[in-house]
Amino acid sequence: MTVYSLYVFDRTGTCLYYTEWNRKKHSDIARDEEFKLMYGMIYSIKSFVNRISPTDLKDGFLNFKTNRYKLNFYETASGMKFIMTTDLTVGNIRDVLHQIYSNIYLEYVVRNPLCELGQPISSELFHTKLDEYVRGLPIFPTRIS
Amino acid sequence: MGYNIGVRLIEDFLARSNVGRCNDFRETADVISKLGFKMYLGITPVVSNWSPAGDEFSLLIENNPLTDFVELPPGHSQLNFSNLLCGVIKGALEMIQMDVDVKFVQDILKGDNITEIRLKFLRRLEDAIPVGED
Repeated sequence: MTVYSLYVFDRTGTCLYYTEWNRKKHSDIARDEEFKLMYGMIYSIKSFVNRISPTDLKDGFLNFKTNRYKLNFYETASGMKFIMTTDLTVGNIRDVLHQIYSNIYLEYVVRNPLCELGQPISSELFHTKLDEYVRGLPIFPTRIS
Repeated sequence: MGYNIGVRLIEDFLARSNVGRCNDFRETADVISKLGFKMYLGITPVVSNWSPAGDEFSLLIENNPLTDFVELPPGHSQLNFSNLLCGVIKGALEMIQMDVDVKFVQDILKGDNITEIRLKFLRRLEDAIPVGED
C-alpha cells in the first residue's frame, strides 16, 4: 500500500495545496494545468454521477480505480475538496481525508489568522503536520516497485 | 460585520459537528439553533415565526451572552449591538451554498421583550464552474 499524492481544492476551484509522496511518473503538462484538469474532471464526474443516479444521492462520487491507481475523493459541505491518489490495495479512506480536513486543515489553516482562505497554503506548519500524519498512516508503507 | 468570522467558523463547525447537508431550510434552522448557537455561545435560540412559504424564520434569543452587563450609550439607542451575529450567520451559510438575508428585528438592549434575529432564504448558490468549461 502506498499514497501517491494529495490535492486540496477550495469551493471556487483554486488548488490550495498539492503534495506528493511516491509518485514516480509525472504528467507532461504544467502543474497548474494539471490542477485545472483535475478540478474539471472532478466537477464533471460529480455532475455526471448525480445526474445518472436512479435515486437521490447523499455523498455521490467517492473514488475511482484504474489498473494502476485509485483516486479517493472527499468533499465537505462547504465545498472543500480533498483528493488523494493511492495504490489499488487501499480501501475506503474517507475518514483519513476527513481527519486531514478536521485535524490538519482546520487546525493549521482555518485557525491560523495568517493564512488567507482561498489562497494557496504556504504554511510550513501545515505542511509538516500533514506530512507527519500521512507518513504515519497504515496505508503509507512504501513498497518500492 | 462578522462575515469573515462566519467564513472560517463554518469549517470548524462542519468538522466538529459532522452534520451532513440539510434537506430543507427547516432543518438548517434547527442546526443553527441547536448545534451552532449551542456550540459557540452556549445558548439555544427558539426557532419560530415561520413565513407561510417556509423561507423565513426568526431566532428568538432570551439571554444573549454578548449583551451581559451591556447598556446602550445615550445617543446610540438604535445601535444593533450584536449585529456581529448576523454577519457570522450570513458568512457561514454562504459557504454552504445558501444566500440568506439576516437582520435584527428586536433587541432586548433597545427595550424589546426579546432579541429576535430574522433569517430569510434568498437563493441557493451553485458550485463554481471550472475555468474554461461551460
